Amino acid sequence: MSRLGRFRQPSVIPGFGLTLGFTLTYFSLIILVPLVALVLRSAGLGWNGFWAAALDPRVLASLRTSFLTATIAAGINVVFGTLIAWVLVRYRFPGRRIFDAMVDLPFALPTAVAGIALTAIYAPNGIVGQFAAQLGWRIAYTPIGITIAMIFIGLPFVVRTIQPILEEISKEVEEASATLGANRFQTITRVLLPSLMPAILTGFALAFARAVGEYGSVIFIAGNIPFVSEIAPLLIVIRLEEFNYAGAAVIATVMLAISFVMLFIINLIQAWSRRRYGYGS
Amino acid sequence: MEVRVQNVRKEFDRFPALHDVSLDIKSGELIALLGPSGSGKTTLLRLIAGLERPTAGKIFFGDEDASEKSVQERNIGFVFQHYALFRHMTILENVSFGLEVRPRATRPPKAEIRRRARELLDLVQLSGLEKRYPSQLSGGQRQRVALARALAIEPGVLLLDEPFGALDAQVRRELRKWLREMHDRTGHTTVFVTHDQEEALELADRLCVMSQGKIEQVGTPDTVYDQPQSPFVFGFIGESSTLPVNIERGDIWLGDRPIGISSPEAVGPARLFFRPHDIELVDGDAALSGVVASSRRVGGTRRVELDIGGAGHRVEIDLPFDHPAGERSQISFRPKRWKLFPAE
Amino acid sequence: MAASTHVRRLASPTNEPVYVRWILILVGLLFMALFLVLPLVAVFSEALREGIGVFVQSLQQPDAQSAIRLTLLVAAIAVPLNVVFGLAASWAIAKFEFKGKAFLITLIDLPFSVSPVISGLVYVLLFGSGSVLGPWLRSYNIEILFAVPGIVLATIFVTFPFVARELIPLMQDQGSGDEEAALSLGASGWQTFWRVTLPNIKWGLLYGVLLCNARAMGEFGAVAVVSGKIRGQTTTMPLQVEMFYNEYQSTAAFALASLLALLALVTLVLKTALEWRFGDELAATGRGH
Repeated sequence: MSRLGRFRQPSVIPGFGLTLGFTLTYFSLIILVPLVALVLRSAGLGWNGFWAAALDPRVLASLRTSFLTATIAAGINVVFGTLIAWVLVRYRFPGRRIFDAMVDLPFALPTAVAGIALTAIYAPNGIVGQFAAQLGWRIAYTPIGITIAMIFIGLPFVVRTIQPILEEISKEVEEASATLGANRFQTITRVLLPSLMPAILTGFALAFARAVGEYGSVIFIAGNIPFVSEIAPLLIVIRLEEFNYAGAAVIATVMLAISFVMLFIINLIQAWSRRRYGYGS
Repeated sequence: MEVRVQNVRKEFDRFPALHDVSLDIKSGELIALLGPSGSGKTTLLRLIAGLERPTAGKIFFGDEDASEKSVQERNIGFVFQHYALFRHMTILENVSFGLEVRPRATRPPKAEIRRRARELLDLVQLSGLEKRYPSQLSGGQRQRVALARALAIEPGVLLLDEPFGALDAQVRRELRKWLREMHDRTGHTTVFVTHDQEEALELADRLCVMSQGKIEQVGTPDTVYDQPQSPFVFGFIGESSTLPVNIERGDIWLGDRPIGISSPEAVGPARLFFRPHDIELVDGDAALSGVVASSRRVGGTRRVELDIGGAGHRVEIDLPFDHPAGERSQISFRPKRWKLFPAE
Repeated sequence: MAASTHVRRLASPTNEPVYVRWILILVGLLFMALFLVLPLVAVFSEALREGIGVFVQSLQQPDAQSAIRLTLLVAAIAVPLNVVFGLAASWAIAKFEFKGKAFLITLIDLPFSVSPVISGLVYVLLFGSGSVLGPWLRSYNIEILFAVPGIVLATIFVTFPFVARELIPLMQDQGSGDEEAALSLGASGWQTFWRVTLPNIKWGLLYGVLLCNARAMGEFGAVAVVSGKIRGQTTTMPLQVEMFYNEYQSTAAFALASLLALLALVTLVLKTALEWRFGDELAATGRGH
């Protein structure tokens, strides 16, 4: 007990050893050991082997596709997600609560279902796809299709990050801006949007991180043409099917490293925002 | 600038918040809108600011009808209870904001804006904190930034909504004094809302006492304190005791006893108001007399609660702190200054 | 609005003009209709394209049936395990102060930032051929990869944080006062948990279970990697959807998908109902996952 006492503050509540022990064991078995196995496997290739696999042109192309489409999708989501959050928080209109609930659909709808549904819509014979086809555009089976799937799965991250912060901004701040002579447009662009900036950035990062790793909703609509519309997660699966486990592990390690950088960036944004704005998003 | 509120009525969803209110605010004065919550004082302030639109009536700034103007056009300085600072801007940027959002034609050059903002920060004694963010300041400092920000646009009227409401007692008292000094120095026409009578009495040139959407009385602190025009004002400003009395042939009676004061004009049942310290102790029958129920020391005097007669009336009076009255002892007194209002 | 008078209508200082408001609302709703509602409608319309008879027949295929059974089985194992974990983790984190707590909370969210494909891949690397564990387990005839245990593991990985991240903030908000009171009245630790803590967090727990279950039943990427896709044996519903789809059995694919979409809708409805009814008894979860 005295040895533990230094590690944790004393409490009359029982069960610390049991619950923390279980938590750590379970976490280690399910998450930690497998992740370590992944890193070890790619490290098994050695420095040169690792970079040879990571810098393979097809791998680079797939990473570029993933990152480019994820960036565009997150960007579009920031614009429309902010607008949707604004509309849901500020305006009252019939069906508002239903639309509010619908925002979470991408969280709840299995990705494979979203994938085939989006493909059905945007394929050249689909409801939207046929109009695009008449204009000579192809959406499905191109990077545009990938972007659309990523917009679908990323939207709730932006909306749900911005919504609570927007609700929290007091009316007084907007009134103060008006009494100082700012017109409504100035109040929105110079007062409201800047104070939402940490939430917007966090939403972007979350939507981007999710989009980069997304698989199920993308592969159906992507077309999966190497060097054109092949995303990195799909290339991992292809490497596995070729029994090139090390190659798969390398791509996964690169992606994992990038996810951790994103996670780190999100935490930085929040720490910065808490320090400066007095709130974390 | 002079502000005239003319027969203004305001309803929120049919619920009347102000009934037909008229008020003349003199140029350069510091006037307090004082009243309990729900009295309409904040609504009146927001109507003057243009943050709300009146349901009926007009508001004049000088000779100009301001009812036609938007809040942006009214050129007022508004200070909010919870500061409402822009949290993503530094203190300097907060203070500069009002000048920076002006149309290009009337906007001073950047350097000039910064210079004026610095000057104002100096005025509110916050020089050196320009680069800080609002979250890094104390409540009192934030409210001073808010004031500097409001003054930056050189407002015709300064409006403050419970400006000290969110601060603790010590800071409140300091800022109160400081606001008075600021006002004496800058001479802005200033309207501030408060529910704290002590604050209003100490700070304001004139008080406007409000209750239930109506103005009860407007006057200097002395007038309002010494000559309250309604039972509400008597009860709301300062300490007071009240008794139901009856007037017969000019004499004031409590129950079946005359109490030694008279009012030649009045007749019939009435309510007698007096302040605990405005009494004199007397001997004899023609007086109010009661039994001490409790007593406590308040500063240099002794505040005594008396049970008067058998009807359960209870009043408070002040005695010298060395008065020997103990529990259950009998005390007779007469109000020196008092006022009668019609019985309810 | 009403007949305009000569008096200028002044814009409210904190509202946009009515036409701006409606334009914004329309743009937002159109975007949502295009990206959220339309796919949902597409699932059901494609499923019913050839009539209700074909729809029912598709679901009665042995492959579809076994996929449904497997999905239920996997969720029935993975969700309770993550519930136990969620309860243990939130108890340890909310009721005690110890070093490294903030780090532990971050770690619990880790699976959210890992691509589902990687979540499956790690088990392939751990148990597959060429690993240390794989051949050893095989010598005891234990199948993990391309079998139910692998699917369960991958599902647990991706749904790992759901219950815990719902319960931790909730229990932190509630503090330890109730538990301390119960203990001081002589209740044992277990009694305290069952009779004081659990009733306090039941709605939050249900909320977490709901989200955890939706993801467990719908997971595709992670499961695809470890399942081996053996028809009738290791295909969960989402995998069977893919299989039908790739075999050009579009109606069958959408019929099965419509069941999953229904699950998503039920989840959303229950989740929303919980938020409306017990909003203050749930943790402030602005964002789910």
